[in-house]
Parts: sequence; structure tokens; C-alpha cells
Amino acid sequence: MEDKIAVEIKNLVKKYPGVNALKGVDINFPAGKITGLIGPNGSGKSTMLKSIAGLARPSEGEISVFSEKPHWKLKERIAFLPEINYFYKNYTIGRMLKLYQSQFTTFSQEKALELLDFMNLKPGLIIKNLSKGMVGRLKLVLTMARQVPLIIMDEPLAGIDPKSRSRILEGIINEYNAEEQTIILSTHEVLEAERFFDFVIFLENGEVKLQGDADDLRAEHSKSIQDLVKEVFI
Amino acid sequence: MKINFDATKPIYEQIIDQIKKMLIRQEMSPGEKLPSQRDLARLIEVNPNTIQRAYREMELLELVETRRGKGTFIKEDEKMMSEIRREMARDAANKFIEEMLSLGFSQAEIVTWIENELVDLKKHTN
Repeated sequence: MEDKIAVEIKNLVKKYPGVNALKGVDINFPAGKITGLIGPNGSGKSTMLKSIAGLARPSEGEISVFSEKPHWKLKERIAFLPEINYFYKNYTIGRMLKLYQSQFTTFSQEKALELLDFMNLKPGLIIKNLSKGMVGRLKLVLTMARQVPLIIMDEPLAGIDPKSRSRILEGIINEYNAEEQTIILSTHEVLEAERFFDFVIFLENGEVKLQGDADDLRAEHSKSIQDLVKEVFI
Repeated sequence: MKINFDATKPIYEQIIDQIKKMLIRQEMSPGEKLPSQRDLARLIEVNPNTIQRAYREMELLELVETRRGKGTFIKEDEKMMSEIRREMARDAANKFIEEMLSLGFSQAEIVTWIENELVDLKKHTN
């Protein structure tokens, strides 16, 4: 997997009325690694992740995922965890799992039940009765239960209590299969998440400010990634 | 093995340092098998790729060797062990000396301080 590229982005521009969310970004996401996408609100993180997942169409530029152009078939190989919640409120967790199984051939019911247990959730719980932290944990279960080569998570830790946050990070690192999977994850919780990143990309105002191997950046600057964030985004 | 990571330093280097320290303290011994990369990643909660880098680096340093299908082992090499001891002692001594020099103590004073403190320590432990 060394030095292979999972996602290649060339001159990616995304225009929304009145604003350019991405201003010609060039980045390669290394394969077989966990990449942290870091940046303030409105920096273009979500737009970039949605573009990779094929959920937003670039205004200009090119994206290739595993050397292929985005195509509906690629969705079978990408698991996307969106920031917004997309659940049917009256469903039980168990019914939600069944729905996922019917939607995605890559979804493993067995893995989902195992993860559910690790996340302290029960199939009988009804979605509308879940706390924010529980919803966050459920989203992780549904994403990591898909046996796919590319997992994209948009703010999986946002607005979630500290205990749930650390469970979610543990869940990711326990399930992550470095030989076969690439993970791209955006977050504001750099302090908690940084030890799990192989590679980090700092995005601001639709442009890449800094990128590199996490340990190399620490060695080069004698700073934690969290401290670098403060330095890069003043 | 529990590691309190210092986020300002490369994590893979801290893993290597920890293993070196365990060797010197004889909590690990030459010839001993290291946990699998996967197990160690789970145990100390770090990215498995970081463990892979630490193991690869230790191989380059000839601290460990990987035997195909058997795992990774600490090398049985007396010279390497004494080298690590020397390196760790030098680092610790340098840290102390730098601190004392930055406080304005002379070399002679530094020596006196060490001698006095060692005498004190002996009194307290006896």
C-alpha cells in the first residue's frame, strides 16, 4: 500500500452562489492510511468530502477514486458518514440495520451487531429516543459495518459528549483494516483525534494551507498537530 | 505497556523509546517476541500504520528482527544492548546538564551538585 493514492484531486473548484467553497485544490489522499481533514467552519471540508463521495458535482477540476472517475458504481466501494442525521425517527436501530443491509451489498449485519454492542447500543432502541451521543455512535456503526475500501466521515465527533467521542475513535481504530482500507475524516476535535491520523490536511477558505505525514510534521515543527492548527489558522 | 504520548513528538519514535526503556529496565529481554502489530495497536490505542512504522524503523536500527511467519523479536546482541544503555544515559545526562547550564551553574558547580545529591540520596535510602 506504500505511497499508493486512494483519491486524487486536481484543481478542484466548487462554486456556490456568491462563494467559492473550493478554490482550485490539488491533493492526493494516500491509500491505506487515515487522513485527518482539518479546518475551520466554512473552509470547504464538507464540500470536498461530498465531492469525493460523488454527492456534490465539482464546478471545475477532476477527482479520481482508485484511479476511476466518480461513477454511481463507486458508491458500492465508498462508505460516507454525513454530518447531518438521516434516520427515520420511528425506526428501531434493528430496523435501520436491516434497511442498510438491503441497500448495500457490502454491509455486514454480523459486524454491525458486534459494533452495536461495542458502542453500548441495543437493536430495540427507537431512533427518536436516542441522545446525540448515541446517534453519533449509531452512525459510526452503520459506516464501519460496510466492508469497503474507502470510508469518508464528515465530522463524526461534532456535538457529541466526550465519552461517546472516545468510543467512536476506539471503534474506528479497532475496525480499521490498514491493508485494505483508506479513511478520510474531518474533525474539529484535533486534540483527541490526532494520535490516530497518519496524514493531515489543513484546509482554509477553500485552499490547502498545509499537508503532510502527522509524525513528520511533529518532528519538523516540534509541535502537536493541535498546536500547528493554532499556528496555521490564526 | 502504557504510553502517555507527548503529542509534540513523533508517536512512532515514542514507541521505540518505550521499548528501549523496557529493555534497559529488563522488563523485556533480548530474544523476546514483540506483540503483533495489530495487537500492539489495539493495546496502546494507536493507528496500526504508526506501529508498522515503529517496527520498520527498529528493524533498520537492528534492534529487532522479523522472522518470516513467526513474528518480530528483540535481537540477541550484547553490543546493541550496551549501545542503547549508553545512548539513554547520555540523553538523560545531557538533559540535566543543559538545564543546569541554562540556570547559570558552572561545570564545577554541576559536578558538586550531583555529588551532594547522590550522598543525600544514599542517606535517605539507607
